[in-house]
Amino acid sequence: MTDRLPGFSTLAVHAGAQPDPTTGARVTPIYQTTSFVFNDADHAASLFGLQAFGNIYTRIGNPTTAVLEERIAALEGGTAALAVASGHAAQVVVLQQLLMPGDEFIAARKLYGGSINQFTHAFKSFGWNVAWADPDDVASFERAVTPRTKAIFIESIANPAGSITDIEAIAEVARKAGVPLIVDNTLATPYLIRPIDHGADIVVHSLTKFLGGHGNSLGGIIVDAGTFDWSKDNKYPMLNEPRPEYHGIRIQETFGNFAFAIACRVLGLRDLGPALSPFNAFMILTGIETLPLRMQKHCENAKAVAEFLAGHPAVASVNYSGLASDKYNKLARKYAPKGAGAVFTFSLRGGYDAGVSLVSKLQLFSHLANVGDTRSLVIHPASTTHSQLDDEAKVRSGAAPDVVRLSIGIEDKEDLIADLEQALSA
Amino acid sequence: MNHDAYDDNYIRGILNSVKSIAMVGASPVNVRPSYFAFKYLAQRGYDMIPVNPGHVGKSLLGKPFVGSLSDIGRPVDMIDIFRNSSHIMPVVDEALTLSPPPKVIWMQLGARDDAAAEKAEAAGLKVVMNRCPKIEYGRLSSEISWMGVNSRTLSSKRAPIPTQGMRLSLNRMSVSGGTTAASDRAAKNKSEPT
Repeated sequence: MTDRLPGFSTLAVHAGAQPDPTTGARVTPIYQTTSFVFNDADHAASLFGLQAFGNIYTRIGNPTTAVLEERIAALEGGTAALAVASGHAAQVVVLQQLLMPGDEFIAARKLYGGSINQFTHAFKSFGWNVAWADPDDVASFERAVTPRTKAIFIESIANPAGSITDIEAIAEVARKAGVPLIVDNTLATPYLIRPIDHGADIVVHSLTKFLGGHGNSLGGIIVDAGTFDWSKDNKYPMLNEPRPEYHGIRIQETFGNFAFAIACRVLGLRDLGPALSPFNAFMILTGIETLPLRMQKHCENAKAVAEFLAGHPAVASVNYSGLASDKYNKLARKYAPKGAGAVFTFSLRGGYDAGVSLVSKLQLFSHLANVGDTRSLVIHPASTTHSQLDDEAKVRSGAAPDVVRLSIGIEDKEDLIADLEQALSA
Repeated sequence: MNHDAYDDNYIRGILNSVKSIAMVGASPVNVRPSYFAFKYLAQRGYDMIPVNPGHVGKSLLGKPFVGSLSDIGRPVDMIDIFRNSSHIMPVVDEALTLSPPPKVIWMQLGARDDAAAEKAEAAGLKVVMNRCPKIEYGRLSSEISWMGVNSRTLSSKRAPIPTQGMRLSLNRMSVSGGTTAASDRAAKNKSEPT
């Protein structure tokens, strides 16, 4: 036994996954079962009362899913994690623990279009009010803080343009305001950026993207950094007040530095219900084993494609923070020195029509609404992911009408460049 | 001794070597953490002694309450203090009058008194602060991983199958896994107000 700490790639393969206690199976088995038998009535009561560790029902927890949770907690440097059915479900479950009706949270304007919709419209009916701030202007977050502010939400690498957020500066605003910083780390993955190292209190992911990485399974996850003091000022009653449904236990008192992950599980997932299928957990776990290798290739290819586009006469501009000329390059070198990710946008001199034409002529790039696949993907955000925003909001979020978004896969970069070349010149 | 982050082997050594644990502040109320931590440790084979002057004459899971450490009347390996930080020192003072003295002073999650720790260590005792023995036992045995908790261990050996009343192996071949350095830093900052 030793104090030597394993590296990221070792954790990506091993964390959370010991050989199965019953069978010795080396790969994590798919525990495709809804429920788990109790030893006796006392054991059942202890489990339901959160007094013992163990499995009850797959909506609350599952042994296959638990391996995925521990693995991502380890990769992110968090104390615990909770997997759910999608990245959107992760956001609902997180904010349900933090906001009461009438409360507010501050969100960066540059976000995945689906998140902008969820925050603007769906959450309004829960009485959760979003205040928008500009991730390129830290002071705009400070100005948005009110006594009802309960959280700040940003993306580490922001969709769709791949811009890099100054996590440490915004974490400082959150610390001063006494609220947790939530970072959506989907586009970076912990291989490129570990937001907890920069002051995030909660990390969320769509596992559907680079973590799963193969475009085959939806999933989401919440990681608890174990850094936030939930007992302070009784601002967070879900964590701090006695829970009537659990005989009056206080979550923060009982579970210490992983209390937030437990609250998400026993108050959020249990009651809202967006459980991840154990089969999806298995697929995503398998994907994570090769995360470091894939991210290296994704980033290498993305840089080559971005450089090609930047030199092409039909291209007006390229937004890729890995390019030395990009306005986010300094932040990229600080936060993502291993690579600036593989999702970025560019705009065409020919505007909207040229974008539509490009998408239709590409042969290897798939036209679809996802990112972070082994396959290279293309989409026109203004007519799809960001189509529900008004024109001004489209521009503000980086999805202007002439903008095309790419998610670069792990194919040979020469083939990707050739495909773009033929589509641009045709 | 660094009390911000403990080496796994330090915690493992304590939980493997102690047999009897007196829990100061043990509660008969079955929804209190000091009830179910007591119950868990008893189920894992520790000789548990509930200490709470308010419940003398009653018993907890068949173990009679005692009013104070000096009323135990036999040697005890570890004192697990389920009290607020401000009530730690008198318990440590009393523990140091016992003959033989306990080997370990353990302060529960949320409880920390550095002066009391220093005093106990000067007398040759081991000290753990701001941790729960139930959580640490569950972590080192990997049982807690079922809750998605970062156990900070890796192993290519089979995990033990926990059953009621069974003592789990804390010695399984494991190496350090992921860290929770940010959380440890936050706990340290909280205990040292600036």
